[in-house]
Amino acid sequence: MSGLSTSPDDVAIDGAVPPAAGGKPPSAAAAAKKRLSSPWASLAAVILAIVWTIPTAGLLITSFRPALDINKTGWWTVFTNPDFTLDNYKAVLDSGQTTSLSPYLVNSIVITIPAVLLPILLACLAAYAFAWTDFKGKNVLFVAIFALQVVPIQVTLLPLLKLYVTLDISGTFWAIWLSHTMFGLPLAIFLLHNFMREIPAELIEAARVDGAGHVTIFFRMMLPMLKPAIAAFGIYQFLWVWNDLLVALTFAGPGSATAPMTKFLFDLTGSRGTAWYLLSAGAFVSMVIPVIVFLSLQRYFVRGLLAGSVKG
Amino acid sequence: MDWAPKLLDMLWAIVLFGAVVAVILGLAALYEKRGGRRVGWWFVAPSLVLVSIGLVYPALRTLWTSFNDASGKKFVGIDNYTAVFTNSDELVVLRNTVLWTLVTPFVATAIGLVYAVLVDKAKGEAVAKAVIFLPMAISLVGASIIWKFMYSYKDPAGGSEKNPTHQIGFLNQVLVWLHLDPVNFLLNSPQNTFWLIVVMIWIQAGFAMTILSASIKAIPDEIVEAARLDGVGAFEMFRFVTLPSIRPAVVVVLTTIAISCLKVFDIVRTMTGGNFNTNVIANEFYSQTFSQDNRGLGAALAVILFILVVPIIVYNVRQLRASEAR
Repeated sequence: MSGLSTSPDDVAIDGAVPPAAGGKPPSAAAAAKKRLSSPWASLAAVILAIVWTIPTAGLLITSFRPALDINKTGWWTVFTNPDFTLDNYKAVLDSGQTTSLSPYLVNSIVITIPAVLLPILLACLAAYAFAWTDFKGKNVLFVAIFALQVVPIQVTLLPLLKLYVTLDISGTFWAIWLSHTMFGLPLAIFLLHNFMREIPAELIEAARVDGAGHVTIFFRMMLPMLKPAIAAFGIYQFLWVWNDLLVALTFAGPGSATAPMTKFLFDLTGSRGTAWYLLSAGAFVSMVIPVIVFLSLQRYFVRGLLAGSVKG
Repeated sequence: MDWAPKLLDMLWAIVLFGAVVAVILGLAALYEKRGGRRVGWWFVAPSLVLVSIGLVYPALRTLWTSFNDASGKKFVGIDNYTAVFTNSDELVVLRNTVLWTLVTPFVATAIGLVYAVLVDKAKGEAVAKAVIFLPMAISLVGASIIWKFMYSYKDPAGGSEKNPTHQIGFLNQVLVWLHLDPVNFLLNSPQNTFWLIVVMIWIQAGFAMTILSASIKAIPDEIVEAARLDGVGAFEMFRFVTLPSIRPAVVVVLTTIAISCLKVFDIVRTMTGGNFNTNVIANEFYSQTFSQDNRGLGAALAVILFILVVPIIVYNVRQLRASEAR
């Protein structure tokens, strides 16, 4: 099993997005670039960056334009004819209107928090047992859970839906919470297990000698040390759940009862595909929170992303 | 407002859940005090129950359903699988999935790699990277809306002399500026699949860039110095020093993107609904299972997806381990 228990920290790819180093000697790429007459390299980078930004910038500008203008002229005309309004955002946020997104925003929050917390809690326990306790069948079980990461969630949807109908929780938040928890567990256990293995065995043994039980060790020693790993998985799972469409389409109830924003936007594209004033503002409301989370916790996100690359 | 009861529900669920875990832990502690040796089982049990119910059991059920008819009740052998590989609609689905999986990883990785090299050690590197990486943080539905707007098309013949039609989609406006005819990007097959793939490339290039950039920075300075002293030129440096050093990371990036392309659903569902010959396996699975009510065929598609994903993941994991072992 030792082969699998290597930590993601060892991977050559870790430490993604380090701050641009100042005093360090130039890397291979920097050396290569220097020879590639620098102005051209910079120009190419700037062009790529602009091309990558235009789609988002276009829709962002559109979301602040009057609904009538949006379908008549392109967003680039604002540079010659500026005319801005907040009406689109009012239309999607005002809870009095039928186009209101706010109940779905609430649903997204209500879905996401437990769907992130539950797998973390359960996975911490399981990962601890796999890393630091001994029981029969431990290795086989761990490999099995690791292997479960490859199961595409499509394979599980219909039987799960039937199960939820039988349990009479179909269409409720429970169905969505449970689904995300179950789908997230293999990755969470794997990630946290790798991290726990890094903690020096002497620490655990010393505590055992002092008479501490596993339950005590888990709460007093493990949880505080696990913060980076929990953050890595937490952010990954947060973005996954918040941005998910498939699970929401399959398990969420009708209307605004339990459906998250992604489903609302998806339905809106289907029913009112040219209502760009709603689509643009709605899309940006749904993006604000993940972008903030992403920008503030980029480092952890990349680590979780890499480890979770096989999930879904 | 109906948010208060929902939030209460949420809190209640968290508390309930915490309580269940606390009871399990309490029992485990008790058991341990009494000299029980296998306390690990108590810790693993909740997760084990959930993955058995949520992954193992449904996967086996789906495997069985894939050998049954549309109602999922009558055994039909491998008929559903035969249908997937012979029916002309399903063949389009397979063709598109192959296109997605072959084109996206290479283009996205190439762009990500070039960008990583270009901004390496440059001024404002962090900002430059965030710009490319940001699409990764937003939902695929959001990305689809962004790009559907880029692609939007207005029939030029729809306007009048006095009131001419203006394009509102940026790409069509670019065509107009170049004195070309606007194109209905998402309607014309088979190009439309490529226009959908562009969205995925837009998202995944940031992922490739981030991973490869970190890997480039991990190349030991001595190697670079030695090559430079030998008078190696820029392209030789890239070809013979940078590229071989980051090869494992490149493979991981390629396979990772390939996996997300095999499973691509949100983009196709949101932008075309799989119409106009843009359908892919994951979307066809959803349509067959939940709209057409052809459970057997839907299950077979899900199983095929599973079978396609496994070898790539196995390869990916091996590469990850190989790069760790170095």
